[in-house]
Amino acid sequence: MTWKAEVDGDRCMASGMCAGIAPDLFVLDDERARPLSEEVPEEERVLDVADSCPALAITIVDGGATVVGPRP
Amino acid sequence: MTTAETTPLAYPFNHHDGLELSKAYEDARHHPGLLRVRMQYGEPAWLATRYADARLVLGDLRFSRAEALNRDTPRQGEGRTDGGILSMDPPDHTRLRTLVAKAFTVHQVEKLRPYVRELTHQLLDELEAAGPPADLVDRYALPIPVAVICRLLGVPEEDRPKFRVWSDAALSTSSLSAAEWERNREELRAYMARLVQEHREAPRDDIMTSLIDARDGGDRLSELELVDLCVAILVAGHETTATQIPNFVMVLLDHPGELRRLREEPELLKGAIEELMRFVPLGASASQARYATEDIEVGGTLVRAGEPVLVAVGSANRDALRFDEPGRLNVARPATKHLGFGHGVHHCLGASLARLELQEALGALVDRFPNLRLAGDVVWKDQMLVRGPRVMPVGW
Repeated sequence: MTWKAEVDGDRCMASGMCAGIAPDLFVLDDERARPLSEEVPEEERVLDVADSCPALAITIVDGGATVVGPRP
Repeated sequence: MTTAETTPLAYPFNHHDGLELSKAYEDARHHPGLLRVRMQYGEPAWLATRYADARLVLGDLRFSRAEALNRDTPRQGEGRTDGGILSMDPPDHTRLRTLVAKAFTVHQVEKLRPYVRELTHQLLDELEAAGPPADLVDRYALPIPVAVICRLLGVPEEDRPKFRVWSDAALSTSSLSAAEWERNREELRAYMARLVQEHREAPRDDIMTSLIDARDGGDRLSELELVDLCVAILVAGHETTATQIPNFVMVLLDHPGELRRLREEPELLKGAIEELMRFVPLGASASQARYATEDIEVGGTLVRAGEPVLVAVGSANRDALRFDEPGRLNVARPATKHLGFGHGVHHCLGASLARLELQEALGALVDRFPNLRLAGDVVWKDQMLVRGPRVMPVGW
Protein backbone atom coordinates (compact mmCIF):
# COMPACT_ATOMS: atom_id res chain seq x y z
CA MET A 1 0.00 0.00 0.00
CA THR A 2 1.17 3.48 -0.75
CA TRP A 3 -0.04 6.99 -0.10
CA LYS A 4 -0.36 9.81 -2.58
CA ALA A 5 1.42 13.14 -2.19
CA GLU A 6 0.22 16.41 -3.67
CA VAL A 7 1.95 19.79 -3.62
CA ASP A 8 -0.23 22.87 -3.98
CA GLY A 9 1.85 24.98 -6.37
CA ASP A 10 0.09 28.21 -5.39
CA ARG A 11 0.87 27.78 -1.72
CA CYS A 12 4.43 26.44 -2.12
CA MET A 13 7.04 29.00 -1.15
CA ALA A 14 10.06 26.90 -2.16
CA SER A 15 11.51 26.78 1.34
CA GLY A 16 13.27 23.54 0.42
CA MET A 17 12.01 21.84 3.57
CA CYS A 18 10.47 18.78 1.88
CA ALA A 19 13.40 18.19 -0.47
CA GLY A 20 15.68 18.62 2.52
CA ILE A 21 13.91 16.05 4.72
CA ALA A 22 13.19 13.52 1.97
CA PRO A 23 15.33 14.17 -1.11
CA ASP A 24 14.42 10.73 -2.43
CA LEU A 25 10.73 11.69 -2.53
CA PHE A 26 10.55 15.44 -3.16
CA VAL A 27 12.47 17.72 -5.46
CA LEU A 28 12.64 21.49 -5.67
CA ASP A 29 12.44 22.88 -9.17
CA ASP A 30 13.28 26.53 -9.40
CA GLU A 31 10.18 28.00 -7.78
CA ARG A 32 8.13 24.96 -6.80
CA ALA A 33 8.48 21.69 -4.99
CA ARG A 34 7.00 18.51 -6.42
CA PRO A 35 6.92 14.83 -5.44
CA LEU A 36 9.26 12.76 -7.62
CA SER A 37 6.42 10.29 -7.89
CA GLU A 38 2.83 10.85 -6.80
CA GLU A 39 2.99 7.52 -4.96
CA VAL A 40 4.88 7.77 -1.69
CA PRO A 41 5.62 5.03 0.87
CA GLU A 42 3.51 4.73 4.02
CA GLU A 43 6.18 6.10 6.32
CA GLU A 44 6.25 8.41 9.31
CA ARG A 45 8.80 10.47 7.40
CA VAL A 46 6.23 11.35 4.74
CA LEU A 47 3.87 12.69 7.39
CA ASP A 48 6.80 14.62 8.92
CA VAL A 49 7.32 16.31 5.56
CA ALA A 50 3.67 17.35 5.35
CA ASP A 51 3.72 18.57 8.97
CA SER A 52 6.91 20.57 8.43
CA CYS A 53 5.98 22.45 5.30
CA PRO A 54 5.81 26.10 6.41
CA ALA A 55 3.23 26.85 3.73
CA LEU A 56 1.09 23.75 4.48
CA ALA A 57 1.29 23.07 0.75
CA ILE A 58 1.68 19.28 0.96
CA THR A 59 -1.25 16.90 1.33
CA ILE A 60 -0.90 13.16 1.84
CA VAL A 61 -3.92 10.94 1.13
CA ASP A 62 -4.35 7.21 1.68
CA GLY A 63 -5.87 4.61 -0.66
CA GLY A 64 -9.39 5.57 0.40
CA ALA A 65 -8.70 9.26 -0.45
CA THR A 66 -8.66 10.14 3.26
CA VAL A 67 -6.25 12.91 4.18
CA VAL A 68 -3.60 11.49 6.54
CA GLY A 69 -1.16 14.42 6.45
CA PRO A 70 -0.56 17.04 7.56
CA ARG A 71 -1.73 15.69 10.90
CA PRO A 72 -4.23 17.85 12.85
CA MET B 1 37.95 24.25 -11.32
CA THR B 2 40.05 25.76 -8.54
CA THR B 3 41.24 23.54 -5.75
CA ALA B 4 44.58 25.18 -5.00
CA GLU B 5 45.07 26.39 -1.44
CA THR B 6 45.37 30.19 -1.28
CA THR B 7 45.88 32.48 1.68
CA PRO B 8 42.41 32.90 3.23
CA LEU B 9 40.89 36.40 3.35
CA ALA B 10 40.07 37.87 6.73
CA TYR B 11 36.33 37.55 7.34
CA PRO B 12 33.68 39.00 7.96
CA PHE B 13 33.62 41.84 5.41
CA ASN B 14 30.65 43.89 6.68
CA HIS B 15 30.84 46.68 9.28
CA HIS B 16 28.47 46.53 12.23
CA ASP B 17 27.46 50.20 12.15
CA GLY B 18 25.11 50.38 9.22
CA LEU B 19 23.42 48.04 6.79
CA GLU B 20 25.78 48.27 3.87
CA LEU B 21 26.78 45.12 2.05
CA SER B 22 30.54 45.13 1.67
CA LYS B 23 31.83 45.68 -1.87
CA ALA B 24 33.98 42.59 -1.32
CA TYR B 25 30.88 40.45 -1.90
CA GLU B 26 30.29 41.86 -5.35
CA ASP B 27 33.89 41.10 -6.23
CA ALA B 28 33.50 37.60 -4.81
CA ARG B 29 30.39 36.93 -6.91
CA HIS B 30 32.36 37.74 -10.06
CA HIS B 31 35.31 35.65 -8.93
CA PRO B 32 35.26 32.10 -10.31
CA GLY B 33 34.93 29.44 -7.63
CA LEU B 34 34.41 30.00 -3.91
CA LEU B 35 36.51 32.32 -1.75
CA ARG B 36 38.78 31.01 0.96
CA VAL B 37 38.17 32.92 4.22
CA ARG B 38 39.27 32.79 7.82
CA MET B 39 37.34 34.16 10.78
CA GLN B 40 38.91 35.23 14.04
CA TYR B 41 38.37 31.78 15.59
CA GLY B 42 38.20 28.33 14.05
CA GLU B 43 39.40 26.71 10.88
CA PRO B 44 39.41 28.39 7.43
CA ALA B 45 36.31 27.88 5.29
CA TRP B 46 34.93 28.30 1.80
CA LEU B 47 32.56 31.22 1.32
CA ALA B 48 29.57 30.91 -1.05
CA THR B 49 28.33 34.31 -2.25
CA ARG B 50 26.21 33.55 -5.34
CA TYR B 51 22.50 32.70 -5.23
CA ALA B 52 22.76 29.31 -6.94
CA ASP B 53 25.72 28.25 -4.80
CA ALA B 54 23.98 29.40 -1.61
CA ARG B 55 20.83 27.43 -2.46
CA LEU B 56 22.88 24.34 -3.24
CA VAL B 57 24.81 24.39 0.04
CA LEU B 58 21.77 25.20 2.21
CA GLY B 59 19.46 22.75 0.44
CA ASP B 60 21.61 19.68 -0.10
CA LEU B 61 21.75 17.11 2.69
CA ARG B 62 25.29 16.18 1.71
CA PHE B 63 26.16 19.31 3.67
CA SER B 64 25.92 18.71 7.42
CA ARG B 65 25.37 21.11 10.30
CA ALA B 66 25.85 18.43 12.96
CA GLU B 67 29.46 17.89 11.91
CA ALA B 68 30.23 21.42 13.18
CA LEU B 69 29.93 20.07 16.73
CA ASN B 70 32.98 17.86 16.14
CA ARG B 71 35.07 20.62 14.62
CA ASP B 72 36.81 23.88 15.39
CA THR B 73 34.08 25.66 13.50
CA PRO B 74 34.68 29.15 12.00
CA ARG B 75 33.27 31.86 14.29
CA GLN B 76 33.80 35.44 15.40
CA GLY B 77 33.94 34.87 19.15
CA GLU B 78 35.76 32.44 21.34
CA GLY B 79 32.51 30.95 22.66
CA ARG B 80 30.84 28.33 20.50
CA THR B 81 27.44 29.48 19.35
CA ASP B 82 26.40 26.11 17.99
CA GLY B 83 24.19 23.50 19.58
CA GLY B 84 20.45 22.89 19.53
CA ILE B 85 18.23 22.44 16.53
CA LEU B 86 20.43 24.58 14.25
CA SER B 87 23.25 22.10 14.75
CA MET B 88 21.26 19.00 13.82
CA ASP B 89 20.76 17.08 10.60
CA PRO B 90 17.76 14.94 9.62
CA PRO B 91 16.42 12.65 10.99
CA ASP B 92 17.15 14.16 14.46
CA HIS B 93 16.42 17.64 13.18
CA THR B 94 13.14 16.48 11.63
CA ARG B 95 12.08 14.85 14.91
CA LEU B 96 12.36 18.16 16.81
CA ARG B 97 11.20 20.43 14.03
CA THR B 98 7.96 18.54 13.42
CA LEU B 99 7.05 18.94 17.10
CA VAL B 100 6.81 22.71 16.68
CA ALA B 101 6.34 23.24 12.93
CA LYS B 102 2.57 23.20 13.08
CA ALA B 103 2.40 26.11 15.50
CA PHE B 104 4.18 28.27 12.91
CA THR B 105 2.46 27.44 9.62
CA VAL B 106 0.91 30.22 7.53
CA HIS B 107 -2.59 29.25 8.63
CA GLN B 108 -1.89 29.05 12.34
CA VAL B 109 0.01 32.30 12.33
CA GLU B 110 -2.64 34.17 10.35
CA LYS B 111 -5.01 33.72 13.30
CA LEU B 112 -2.75 36.04 15.28
CA ARG B 113 -3.09 38.94 12.86
CA PRO B 114 -5.92 40.79 14.67
CA TYR B 115 -3.99 40.54 17.95
CA VAL B 116 -0.78 41.84 16.38
CA ARG B 117 -2.65 44.68 14.66
CA GLU B 118 -4.25 45.72 17.93
CA LEU B 119 -0.84 45.60 19.60
CA THR B 120 0.75 47.89 16.98
CA HIS B 121 -2.03 50.44 17.36
CA GLN B 122 -1.79 50.39 21.12
CA LEU B 123 1.99 50.88 21.04
CA LEU B 124 1.69 53.71 18.52
CA ASP B 125 -0.91 55.39 20.76
CA GLU B 126 1.55 55.21 23.65
CA LEU B 127 4.39 56.46 21.45
CA GLU B 128 2.29 59.40 20.30
CA ALA B 129 1.25 60.21 23.84
CA ALA B 130 4.88 60.17 25.01
CA GLY B 131 5.82 62.56 22.19
CA PRO B 132 8.97 62.82 20.07
CA PRO B 133 11.78 61.99 20.14
CA ALA B 134 10.97 58.37 21.01
CA ASP B 135 13.14 55.29 20.73
CA LEU B 136 11.55 53.17 18.03
CA VAL B 137 13.45 50.07 19.17
CA ASP B 138 12.47 50.09 22.82
CA ARG B 139 8.93 51.41 22.41
CA TYR B 140 7.83 49.60 19.27
CA ALA B 141 10.15 47.20 17.46
CA LEU B 142 11.01 45.10 20.50
CA PRO B 143 7.67 44.96 22.35
CA ILE B 144 5.76 43.57 19.33
CA PRO B 145 7.69 40.33 18.69
CA VAL B 146 8.40 39.87 22.41
CA ALA B 147 4.69 40.01 23.28
CA VAL B 148 3.80 37.62 20.47
CA ILE B 149 6.45 34.99 21.14
CA CYS B 150 5.86 35.12 24.92
CA ARG B 151 2.19 34.46 24.36
CA LEU B 152 2.81 31.62 21.87
CA LEU B 153 5.53 29.93 23.87
CA GLY B 154 4.18 30.57 27.36
CA VAL B 155 6.80 32.93 28.81
CA PRO B 156 5.76 35.83 31.08
CA GLU B 157 6.19 39.05 29.11
CA GLU B 158 7.20 40.96 32.25
CA ASP B 159 10.45 38.92 32.29
CA ARG B 160 11.57 40.77 29.16
CA PRO B 161 14.39 42.70 30.90
CA LYS B 162 15.81 39.41 32.18
CA PHE B 163 15.82 37.39 29.00
CA ARG B 164 16.80 40.46 26.99
CA VAL B 165 20.25 40.33 28.60
CA TRP B 166 20.62 36.58 28.03
CA SER B 167 19.32 36.76 24.50
CA ASP B 168 21.71 39.61 23.66
CA ALA B 169 24.60 37.54 24.94
CA ALA B 170 23.43 34.41 23.11
CA LEU B 171 23.68 36.30 19.82
CA SER B 172 26.81 38.24 20.64
CA THR B 173 29.85 37.40 18.62
CA SER B 174 33.08 38.46 20.22
CA SER B 175 32.35 40.51 23.31
CA LEU B 176 32.23 37.48 25.60
CA SER B 177 34.85 34.93 26.56
CA ALA B 178 33.98 31.27 26.17
CA ALA B 179 33.38 31.00 29.93
CA GLU B 180 31.10 34.05 29.99
CA TRP B 181 29.16 32.73 27.03
CA GLU B 182 28.77 29.36 28.71
CA ARG B 183 27.59 30.93 31.98
CA ASN B 184 25.04 33.01 30.14
CA ARG B 185 23.68 29.95 28.36
CA GLU B 186 23.32 28.06 31.63
CA GLU B 187 21.40 30.96 33.22
CA LEU B 188 19.00 31.10 30.31
CA ARG B 189 18.56 27.31 30.45
CA ALA B 190 17.89 27.41 34.19
CA TYR B 191 15.28 30.14 33.70
CA MET B 192 13.55 28.11 30.98
CA ALA B 193 13.76 24.86 32.99
CA ARG B 194 11.86 26.60 35.81
CA LEU B 195 9.15 27.70 33.38
CA VAL B 196 8.92 24.16 31.99
CA GLN B 197 8.39 22.86 35.53
CA GLU B 198 5.63 25.42 36.15
CA HIS B 199 3.93 24.38 32.93
CA ARG B 200 4.17 20.72 33.91
CA GLU B 201 2.30 21.46 37.11
CA ALA B 202 -0.20 23.77 35.45
CA PRO B 203 -0.60 22.98 31.71
CA ARG B 204 -1.71 25.82 29.45
CA ASP B 205 -2.60 26.31 25.81
CA ASP B 206 0.85 27.14 24.47
CA ILE B 207 3.86 25.66 22.65
CA MET B 208 5.74 24.84 25.85
CA THR B 209 2.86 22.69 27.08
CA SER B 210 2.60 20.85 23.75
CA LEU B 211 6.35 20.12 23.87
CA ILE B 212 6.01 18.84 27.44
CA ASP B 213 3.22 16.52 26.24
CA ALA B 214 5.49 15.28 23.44
CA ARG B 215 8.20 14.54 25.99
CA ASP B 216 6.16 13.12 28.86
CA GLY B 217 3.55 11.36 26.74
CA GLY B 218 5.53 10.30 23.67
CA ASP B 219 9.18 10.44 24.75
CA ARG B 220 9.89 12.24 21.49
CA LEU B 221 12.61 14.50 22.91
CA SER B 222 14.93 14.68 25.91
CA GLU B 223 14.53 17.18 28.75
CA LEU B 224 17.55 19.15 27.54
CA GLU B 225 16.23 19.20 23.98
CA LEU B 226 12.92 20.48 25.33
CA VAL B 227 14.58 23.29 27.27
CA ASP B 228 16.93 24.22 24.42
CA LEU B 229 14.11 24.23 21.90
CA CYS B 230 12.13 26.67 24.10
CA VAL B 231 15.24 28.84 24.45
CA ALA B 232 15.78 28.80 20.68
CA ILE B 233 12.16 29.75 20.00
CA LEU B 234 12.31 32.59 22.52
CA VAL B 235 15.59 34.05 21.24
CA ALA B 236 15.06 33.50 17.52
CA GLY B 237 11.43 34.44 17.94
CA HIS B 238 12.03 38.04 18.86
CA GLU B 239 15.57 39.25 18.23
CA THR B 240 15.58 39.06 14.43
CA THR B 241 12.17 40.64 13.93
CA ALA B 242 12.87 43.29 16.55
CA THR B 243 16.01 44.15 14.60
CA GLN B 244 14.47 44.09 11.15
CA ILE B 245 11.64 46.51 12.05
CA PRO B 246 14.04 49.45 12.65
CA ASN B 247 16.28 48.23 9.81
CA PHE B 248 13.38 48.38 7.37
CA VAL B 249 12.42 51.84 8.65
CA MET B 250 16.04 53.03 8.23
CA VAL B 251 16.17 51.74 4.66
CA LEU B 252 12.80 53.25 3.76
CA LEU B 253 13.82 56.63 5.21
CA ASP B 254 16.89 56.35 2.99
CA HIS B 255 14.67 55.71 -0.03
CA PRO B 256 11.95 58.38 0.27
CA GLY B 257 10.55 57.63 -3.18
CA GLU B 258 9.92 54.00 -2.25
CA LEU B 259 8.47 55.00 1.13
CA ARG B 260 6.08 57.43 -0.58
CA ARG B 261 5.03 54.75 -3.03
CA LEU B 262 4.35 52.30 -0.20
CA ARG B 263 2.25 54.91 1.60
CA GLU B 264 0.25 55.71 -1.53
CA GLU B 265 -0.20 52.07 -2.53
CA PRO B 266 -0.64 50.10 0.70
CA GLU B 267 -1.51 46.98 -1.32
CA LEU B 268 2.23 46.79 -2.06
CA LEU B 269 2.98 46.10 1.62
CA LYS B 270 3.41 42.31 1.51
CA GLY B 271 5.66 42.44 -1.53
CA ALA B 272 7.58 45.35 -0.01
CA ILE B 273 8.37 43.29 3.09
CA GLU B 274 9.75 40.52 0.85
CA GLU B 275 11.84 43.07 -1.04
CA LEU B 276 13.17 44.49 2.23
CA MET B 277 14.01 40.95 3.41
CA ARG B 278 15.99 40.53 0.21
CA PHE B 279 17.61 43.96 0.27
CA VAL B 280 18.69 44.27 3.91
CA PRO B 281 21.76 42.20 4.79
CA LEU B 282 20.84 41.51 8.41
CA GLY B 283 23.85 39.42 9.30
CA ALA B 284 27.17 41.05 10.00
CA SER B 285 28.66 37.82 8.76
CA ALA B 286 27.84 34.44 7.34
CA SER B 287 27.76 31.90 10.17
CA GLN B 288 26.65 28.32 10.89
CA ALA B 289 29.12 26.68 8.49
CA ARG B 290 27.96 23.59 6.61
CA TYR B 291 30.35 20.65 6.35
CA ALA B 292 30.61 18.62 3.14
CA THR B 293 30.12 14.91 3.85
CA GLU B 294 31.56 13.97 0.43
CA ASP B 295 33.42 15.78 -2.35
CA ILE B 296 30.96 18.24 -3.93
CA GLU B 297 31.51 20.83 -6.62
CA VAL B 298 30.07 24.22 -5.71
CA GLY B 299 30.26 27.13 -8.15
CA GLY B 300 33.45 25.86 -9.78
CA THR B 301 35.25 24.82 -6.60
CA LEU B 302 35.66 21.24 -5.51
CA VAL B 303 34.73 21.21 -1.83
CA ARG B 304 36.39 18.17 -0.29
CA ALA B 305 34.62 15.91 2.21
CA GLY B 306 35.09 17.39 5.68
CA GLU B 307 35.57 21.00 4.56
CA PRO B 308 33.28 23.76 5.89
CA VAL B 309 31.36 26.20 3.69
CA LEU B 310 29.94 29.50 4.93
CA VAL B 311 26.92 30.88 3.06
CA ALA B 312 26.53 34.65 2.69
CA VAL B 313 22.78 35.01 2.16
CA GLY B 314 22.99 38.82 2.10
CA SER B 315 25.27 38.54 -0.89
CA ALA B 316 23.21 35.83 -2.59
CA ASN B 317 20.20 38.16 -2.31
CA ARG B 318 22.08 40.74 -4.42
CA ASP B 319 23.18 38.33 -7.15
CA ALA B 320 22.60 39.92 -10.57
CA LEU B 321 22.31 36.45 -12.10
CA ARG B 322 19.11 36.04 -10.09
CA PHE B 323 17.69 39.54 -9.52
CA ASP B 324 17.33 42.45 -11.96
CA GLU B 325 19.03 45.58 -10.63
CA PRO B 326 19.87 43.74 -7.40
CA GLY B 327 21.29 46.82 -5.68
CA ARG B 328 18.09 48.79 -6.11
CA LEU B 329 15.29 48.75 -3.54
CA ASN B 330 12.03 48.34 -5.44
CA VAL B 331 8.96 47.92 -3.24
CA ALA B 332 6.98 46.80 -6.29
CA ARG B 333 9.48 44.12 -7.32
CA PRO B 334 7.65 40.99 -8.52
CA ALA B 335 7.77 38.06 -6.07
CA THR B 336 11.23 36.62 -5.65
CA LYS B 337 12.56 33.61 -3.81
CA HIS B 338 14.99 35.54 -1.66
CA LEU B 339 17.09 33.70 0.91
CA GLY B 340 16.41 36.11 3.77
CA PHE B 341 14.83 33.29 5.77
CA GLY B 342 17.44 30.79 4.67
CA HIS B 343 16.70 27.68 2.66
CA GLY B 344 16.41 23.94 3.11
CA VAL B 345 15.70 22.07 6.34
CA HIS B 346 16.87 24.99 8.49
CA HIS B 347 14.62 27.49 6.68
CA CYS B 348 13.39 29.86 9.41
CA LEU B 349 10.74 28.08 11.47
CA GLY B 350 9.10 31.41 12.27
CA ALA B 351 9.16 32.88 8.75
CA SER B 352 5.37 33.20 8.52
CA LEU B 353 5.19 34.82 11.95
CA ALA B 354 8.04 37.20 11.10
CA ARG B 355 6.32 38.17 7.86
CA LEU B 356 3.07 38.89 9.66
CA GLU B 357 4.76 40.96 12.38
CA LEU B 358 6.82 42.93 9.85
CA GLN B 359 3.76 43.59 7.69
CA GLU B 360 1.68 44.80 10.62
CA ALA B 361 4.46 46.78 12.28
CA LEU B 362 5.60 48.58 9.12
CA GLY B 363 2.08 49.03 7.76
CA ALA B 364 0.78 50.67 10.93
CA LEU B 365 3.82 52.91 11.32
CA VAL B 366 3.85 54.14 7.73
CA ASP B 367 0.12 54.79 7.85
CA ARG B 368 0.13 56.64 11.19
CA PHE B 369 3.19 58.88 10.74
CA PRO B 370 3.52 60.41 7.24
CA ASN B 371 6.36 62.62 8.50
CA LEU B 372 8.33 59.90 10.25
CA ARG B 373 12.00 60.87 10.53
CA LEU B 374 15.13 60.29 12.53
CA ALA B 375 15.29 62.61 15.55
CA GLY B 376 18.71 61.89 17.02
CA ASP B 377 21.76 59.70 16.67
CA VAL B 378 21.27 56.04 15.93
CA VAL B 379 23.32 53.72 18.15
CA TRP B 380 24.19 50.49 16.36
CA LYS B 381 24.44 47.05 17.89
CA ASP B 382 28.02 46.04 18.20
CA GLN B 383 29.44 42.56 17.84
CA MET B 384 26.14 40.79 17.32
CA LEU B 385 25.22 38.15 14.76
CA VAL B 386 22.52 40.52 13.56
CA ARG B 387 23.05 44.16 12.61
CA GLY B 388 20.64 46.95 13.38
CA PRO B 389 19.96 49.97 15.58
CA ARG B 390 20.15 49.40 19.32
CA VAL B 391 18.65 52.85 19.84
CA MET B 392 16.77 54.72 17.11
CA PRO B 393 15.22 58.08 18.10
CA VAL B 394 12.38 59.07 15.78
CA GLY B 395 10.05 62.03 15.41
CA TRP B 396 6.87 62.46 13.32
